[in-house]
Amino acid sequence: MLIETKDLKKHFHIGRNQTLHAVDGISLQIEENEILGLVGESGSGKSTFGKALIGLHPRTAGTTTYNGELLPAKFTAADHLKYSKELQMIFQDPYSSLNPRMTVLDIVGEGLLIQGQTKRSDVKDQVALWLEKVGLNADHMSRYPHEFSGGQRQRIGIARAMIIQPRFVVCDEPISALDVSVQAQVVNLLEQLKQDLGLTLLFIAHDLSMVRYVSDRMAVMYLGSLVESGPSDDVFFNPQHPYTQLLIEANPEPDPETERNHKYVPIVGEITSPINLGPGCRFADRCPKVMSQCRSVTPKTTVVAPNHTVNCHLFE
Amino acid sequence: MSDKILEVDNLSVEFATYGGDVKAVRGVSFHVNRGETLAIVGESGCGKSVTVQAIMGIIPMPPGKITGGTAKLNGKNILGLPAKEANLFRGVEIGMIFQDPMTSLNPTMTIGDQISETLMVHRGMSYKDASAMAVQLLDKTKIAEAAKRAKQYPFEFSGGMLQRAMIAQSLACNPAVLMADEPTTALDVTIQAQILELMAELQRTENMSIILITHDLAVVARMADRVAVMYAGQIIESGSVDDIFYRSSHPYTLGLKEAMPSNKDNRDKKLSPILGSPPDLFHPPAGCGYYARCPYAMKVCEHNQPAEYLLAGDTAHQSRCWLQHEGAPANEHLYQAGADHAD
Repeated sequence: MLIETKDLKKHFHIGRNQTLHAVDGISLQIEENEILGLVGESGSGKSTFGKALIGLHPRTAGTTTYNGELLPAKFTAADHLKYSKELQMIFQDPYSSLNPRMTVLDIVGEGLLIQGQTKRSDVKDQVALWLEKVGLNADHMSRYPHEFSGGQRQRIGIARAMIIQPRFVVCDEPISALDVSVQAQVVNLLEQLKQDLGLTLLFIAHDLSMVRYVSDRMAVMYLGSLVESGPSDDVFFNPQHPYTQLLIEANPEPDPETERNHKYVPIVGEITSPINLGPGCRFADRCPKVMSQCRSVTPKTTVVAPNHTVNCHLFE
Repeated sequence: MSDKILEVDNLSVEFATYGGDVKAVRGVSFHVNRGETLAIVGESGCGKSVTVQAIMGIIPMPPGKITGGTAKLNGKNILGLPAKEANLFRGVEIGMIFQDPMTSLNPTMTIGDQISETLMVHRGMSYKDASAMAVQLLDKTKIAEAAKRAKQYPFEFSGGMLQRAMIAQSLACNPAVLMADEPTTALDVTIQAQILELMAELQRTENMSIILITHDLAVVARMADRVAVMYAGQIIESGSVDDIFYRSSHPYTLGLKEAMPSNKDNRDKKLSPILGSPPDLFHPPAGCGYYARCPYAMKVCEHNQPAEYLLAGDTAHQSRCWLQHEGAPANEHLYQAGADHAD
């Protein structure tokens, strides 16, 4: 096991005695060299969880263990320097995550210089090597971000994260800003890097078909809590939690014949506000199978099949 | 159903920039029948949004310029009309909804007032009647507590609710055609399912035609009767939804399909990206726009524009590809009109 969180919480105080429960008690394990897909609607806390995992957000409560070592709740500058060698992140928006005033050489090479183990003269060679690896050209080094398309920028972001040769990378919606034809390039690249370098990835996305395709295991979040996790095909084809079932039911398939025979039963309502939440199942308000205890008791994690767990009172 | 409500013929749009004229739309022709959904599919920059914006007359001119073509609504040309005349059909006979409801609605007006405004301008209703009607329209788009919601501002709505409000506004004058530009791209899949269901239901009850612009083939499969695939400012393939998905006859359509994961495939199957990037529309290529990226490109494709080949008359399945020429070699991956198809 490479990373494990126990009851990880990240709350934001937003004034007037209000607390936003962005991540509210998540226990999850990520094995070495696997891709864990994390899905959920916007506002479910996926990105906050990813950032809290690698110290970009200080934790409110709970623990994170990386490689047997307990990570500090709040990273100091020294912690960032120490762990950024192993823990990296690829950001969602390839436009706002690259400094427009830095050249590609500076953007991609900055990490190496900060780590201080590479001579300035070698940085250029390393950057050239990684630009080629992500499918860009070494000649692109002296250019600025605005000279690249969205897909190319996303690959600059990937090169920036990978050049440090990390062990674990959080990919926060790395493909949602890209065109269909380019998404496949980025996904194939991540897959390749996982195989060649033995990387472990947390792949955050809301495109269920793509997550099923990319990841070995899949975890589903709803309003800051984990509702289900298991091998990708198990969760996708045999979802157990009422929320996962409705989520997968709502996902259209690029096949007209299937769609003609698909009767949609959309989930009623929308994700509730994550402010000042009490105990109980987070999905209770929208759940078609809601019982009285769902509103007062937080469900425990139940194992329903090998490696397949559900947080729902129906299974307790 | 061959009752053409909107017919676009040879539409061309250019934009003047410091770098020269961008030929964003290069001779696009299509039609929409009453009560059907036409999906226009393509990637960013292919000209799909510009096409419908040109028809609606909402392209800023200059820098935009409609350089040719006609768009006939019920037989009457509506392309390039002055604002005063355009307002007689815009929002009345053709409604439109946009990708980003947050920036498309006025943040300083209540939702109810924005809908009433449409009714007051186009139908000459009094403020009181229009406000009452606005609540009914919100109710029609299944917004709970419509009367209370009508008094709220856009920031008090979620993305899905705003999209419903925008649909309510576009329905104000019972339009014959609804143009939806990526209506669900900014929404979660559960909310997307709700909005698509709402659109399909309204289409049935109001007998409305929908032009759905999207890049998502799954949404196309769910909603469309007919599909037009755009690439580099041209429609490169069009036909019934089954033609496009099961009898793809253009390498680009095929490429799009193979770049997407299907839930039916095994997870070990590798996705095939389309390599390269679309051509520079400052200087559109003389030949096929897809030539540089096409795995089946031939010599003829580089300098000669392929004609639009009709593959099957009953569904008007058309393809703009040299491989559909009678002299072209057989291709096992593509549907070819001349070839013998067992199915």
